[in-house]
Amino acid sequence: MNNISETIAALATPLSASGIGIIRVSGDKSIELVDKIYRGKKHLTDYDANTINYGHIVDFNGNVIDEVLVSVFKAPHSYTGEDSVEVNCHGGIYVLRKVLSLIFDTGIRSAEPGEFSKRAFLNGRMDLSEAESVMDLIESGSEASYRNSIRQLSGFLSKKVKKIRSEILHEAAFVEAALDDPEHYDLEGFDSKLTVSLTRWTTEIKKLISSYRQGSLIKDGINTVISGRPNVGKSSLLNFLSGHEKAIVTDIPGTTRDMIEDRVVLGDFVLNLVDTAGIRKTSDMVESIGVKKAIKAQSDAELNLYLVDSSDNLSDEDIKFLSDFDRSSTIVLLNKSDLVSNVDSDDICRYFKGHVVEFSTITGKGLDDLKNAVSDLFFDGNLDNDKFYITSEQNYNYLNDALKSLELVRSSIANGLSEDFFTSDLYDAYKSLGFILGEEVEDDLVNKVFSDFCMGK
Amino acid sequence: MSQICENYDVVVVGAGHAGCEAALASARMGLSTIIFTVSMDSVAFMPCNPHIGGSSKGHLVREIDALGGEMAKNIDKTFIQSKMLNSSKGPAVHSLRCQADKLAYSIEMRKVLQSTPNLVLRQAEVCDLIIDNGKINGVKTISGATYFAKAVVLCTGTYLNARCLYGSVIEYTGPSGLKAATHLSDSLLANNVKLLRFKTGTPCRIDRRSIDFSKMTEQFGDPVITPFSFTSDKRAIQKPQVSCYLTYTNEHTHDIIRAHLDESPIYAGVIEGTGPRYCPSLEDKVVKFSNKKRHQLFIEPEGLMTNEMYVSGASSSMPESVQYEFYHTIAGLEHCNIVRNAYAIEYDCLASHQLKNSLEFKAISGLFSGGQFNGSSGYEEAAAQGLVAGINAARFVQKKKPILLSRSDGYIGVLIDDLVTKELTEPYRMMTSRAEYRLLLRQDNADIRLSKYGYEAGLISEDRFEKVEDKIEETREEISRVDKVFIGDTKTTQDFLKAYHSVQVNSGIGLSELIRRPELSYDKTAPLDSDRPSLDASVREQVNIQIKYSGYIERENKQVLHFKKLEDKLIPDNLDYDKVPSLRIEARQKLKEARPVSIGQASRILGVSPSDISVLLIYIESGKYLKD
Repeated sequence: MNNISETIAALATPLSASGIGIIRVSGDKSIELVDKIYRGKKHLTDYDANTINYGHIVDFNGNVIDEVLVSVFKAPHSYTGEDSVEVNCHGGIYVLRKVLSLIFDTGIRSAEPGEFSKRAFLNGRMDLSEAESVMDLIESGSEASYRNSIRQLSGFLSKKVKKIRSEILHEAAFVEAALDDPEHYDLEGFDSKLTVSLTRWTTEIKKLISSYRQGSLIKDGINTVISGRPNVGKSSLLNFLSGHEKAIVTDIPGTTRDMIEDRVVLGDFVLNLVDTAGIRKTSDMVESIGVKKAIKAQSDAELNLYLVDSSDNLSDEDIKFLSDFDRSSTIVLLNKSDLVSNVDSDDICRYFKGHVVEFSTITGKGLDDLKNAVSDLFFDGNLDNDKFYITSEQNYNYLNDALKSLELVRSSIANGLSEDFFTSDLYDAYKSLGFILGEEVEDDLVNKVFSDFCMGK
Repeated sequence: MSQICENYDVVVVGAGHAGCEAALASARMGLSTIIFTVSMDSVAFMPCNPHIGGSSKGHLVREIDALGGEMAKNIDKTFIQSKMLNSSKGPAVHSLRCQADKLAYSIEMRKVLQSTPNLVLRQAEVCDLIIDNGKINGVKTISGATYFAKAVVLCTGTYLNARCLYGSVIEYTGPSGLKAATHLSDSLLANNVKLLRFKTGTPCRIDRRSIDFSKMTEQFGDPVITPFSFTSDKRAIQKPQVSCYLTYTNEHTHDIIRAHLDESPIYAGVIEGTGPRYCPSLEDKVVKFSNKKRHQLFIEPEGLMTNEMYVSGASSSMPESVQYEFYHTIAGLEHCNIVRNAYAIEYDCLASHQLKNSLEFKAISGLFSGGQFNGSSGYEEAAAQGLVAGINAARFVQKKKPILLSRSDGYIGVLIDDLVTKELTEPYRMMTSRAEYRLLLRQDNADIRLSKYGYEAGLISEDRFEKVEDKIEETREEISRVDKVFIGDTKTTQDFLKAYHSVQVNSGIGLSELIRRPELSYDKTAPLDSDRPSLDASVREQVNIQIKYSGYIERENKQVLHFKKLEDKLIPDNLDYDKVPSLRIEARQKLKEARPVSIGQASRILGVSPSDISVLLIYIESGKYLKD
């Protein structure tokens, strides 16, 4: 079971399309940790209890992520009875997730299903009627996560995790056997052997973790900005993408700020088109492609589709943008390639080394190339329906926990500490991976010691 | 015909390692106590290995001492070799182990019992428990004598319905030919106590004169002996030590065992008891680890008053002739004479989830039990439980609350909690990996952790307790002083670091930082620290460990805080699990059987999931059980 003295966070509202969401943070360190990413009139730590405060969430480089209202609660006067912070975000699903992930980066861990309520009970903050309804919620929550974990057990992940786990357990058991019977098993040279295994395990786990990004891109769509100078055909592209597949999935209502406004299907992917309003309103055209906007698009979106009119010459502005673009998130579309071409991909390549697709919103030329380019950027070129992608945030967190434990092992070894200091971290990694498989671990270590090593008098 | 009829506060059944501690604790706490043994010549008898301590067991002995028990003092009087295991590892797994002079150990313990006021020793087999309305009132012996008591502690070891086996030979005795106790099991069963049948074994003893030690590697004790007891004087216990010897089995040995497997009662299916995996017979090792070409064996002296040598690692239940054959294949044992055969032993023991953490039976008020009867294995595990059972039996009579040790207090807490929470399928042995907080539960700080309980029970004197308190205070003060000491990057500093092959400092550095470097320590940095007070070695040790490993210690301290929070959430005695909605069926059954005292304990029951725990927590916190 997770540590109850740790500070936890989770979305307190469902991740809905409304774009408004509350992130709840609870625990002794909640106020000081959230303060690390909050900019307002005062530090969060300086506000009175039970106040709502305006400010911004910023990343560790000081970039503003969202405009927020932050409520500060002090123990015992909060939902959980602990010091708590609630962050009201307005910036849409993508921004909400980004704020949450920043919160996790401060050292706060993700709450388990029902954990806020559990803490509320532990701290005597709930009455009978609340208790009963929450009990049902927790139960259904754990059922759902159980079903989910069973589903995710299909092939790939399960095999990977099982393999890493069994290797970790074997090494932990070896240490235990040697500590228990030092005259029989020798740990000489074990450190360097383990370091090799650690590298292998962490590489594997990191791969799984990165597949979470891919998994969520599949599940939730890729946040995409269409940019380019006036009259390059942004609105045509928008209409083409929306119309071509006849697949505007939803119209997501929201505030007037950066919002996902169209979801379009592009082959295997869903693109969440951000800031399409500006494109539709032709009068705002000039404004919408300002430097500021393009750069913001770069930092906010996961995919930037930059349009260049191939029948026109490259402008200075184009060249400046092209040189600055991050090629891991940008695809340049040479639009109007059905017309006379003044600019070709070689010209673009002088400034931009990423994907360039010759496109025509009239003929549909280049659509497959665009799909391939997206696949290449986000899925290393092979979006394989049989391949496993981590989509569960729970599993993602368990993998991160396991990774953290293994890194602790590595740092203990680096600091010259003996094996007894890090076997518990090894075993913690084993346990975290076990949660993914839904396995109880109670006596596994002791059992493994006896099954793999010949012990005793 | 008139019968003997006597009255005591506490009756202890059995005078092994558990019984001795139980009886001594009870008598020392001022209660009239009687202890029964099947043989006055086998008090604190060591029927198997001739050593005390070792990995994790050494921790138990230290903890027994901190609580005011006798085992550490007795082994300090009677050891013939001493060794600190894992001394190259972290302090949490340093473990002291002493070879005992078995006979001396037994005699010295008997002397202690015989010189303890309030304690009566009696050789007799207890055959019946007097239980009325779920309350113990005393015991009856086989002669018909009645001993009324307010509390009874069962420490029957491996004697209940015991039988010893090797080959096709079955002898209905306890260990080493001692009389088995054949009636008490019936009395327990009649009182609805659930019993298990466990098995263990012991290797043969060999005549020292028939061993060729030149073919073995001699194993010496430590040059400087560390005492077990916190009260023993280190200088006074230094003495010449006796050696052990290392040899190995070989393929030839294994071939013989394989060829005769069907003659082993275990493999022939004669033995019904469950044997321990950590103490496998040589047959088991050969079968389960068939890829191992050799297994190591330690030849250990049984004492100074006998020439018997114990062959550690070679327990067996093979027929006598096969034992001769395979022992003779081992280097140095080619011509050995066997003095006592190896054998397996089966015995009745308690399904220990029937006990509370105080070691009192849940269903029988005033009845306590400790030791191998509770399904454990090992002298140290037995003594630890005996001590706790004795203390709590006495406190039961005194009408005081039991002293309960938690998993974060010590290995004894882990041991007892595991015994009463887990469903044992084999004799339970202590291991450091069973202790979640082992960086905190070190053998060096057992006194700091547990003296308060010993003092509360009345087994630790005011004087001794104050000394521990002083040690704690001095350690605390010195750590806070060291934390403020800053070492400049002077030539002295750089020279000092150079001498220890330690990285030079660019600017000044905190003394604590230096102490944390693997190649340095608190003691080593003394030349840099001009204001250092003169402190006792035991304080310096604590200061060093607590500074050096502070990060790890803090982390475990945090985990303990969390653990305690759940441990403090008590489950009401009268909770009806059938009325708790949403519990899974398996969890419901397990909880009904185990009846854990706290949410923390419930979470450790196999088959109870975190969501079951949440459901339970909420049900309890909502106070719903009060209304039903």
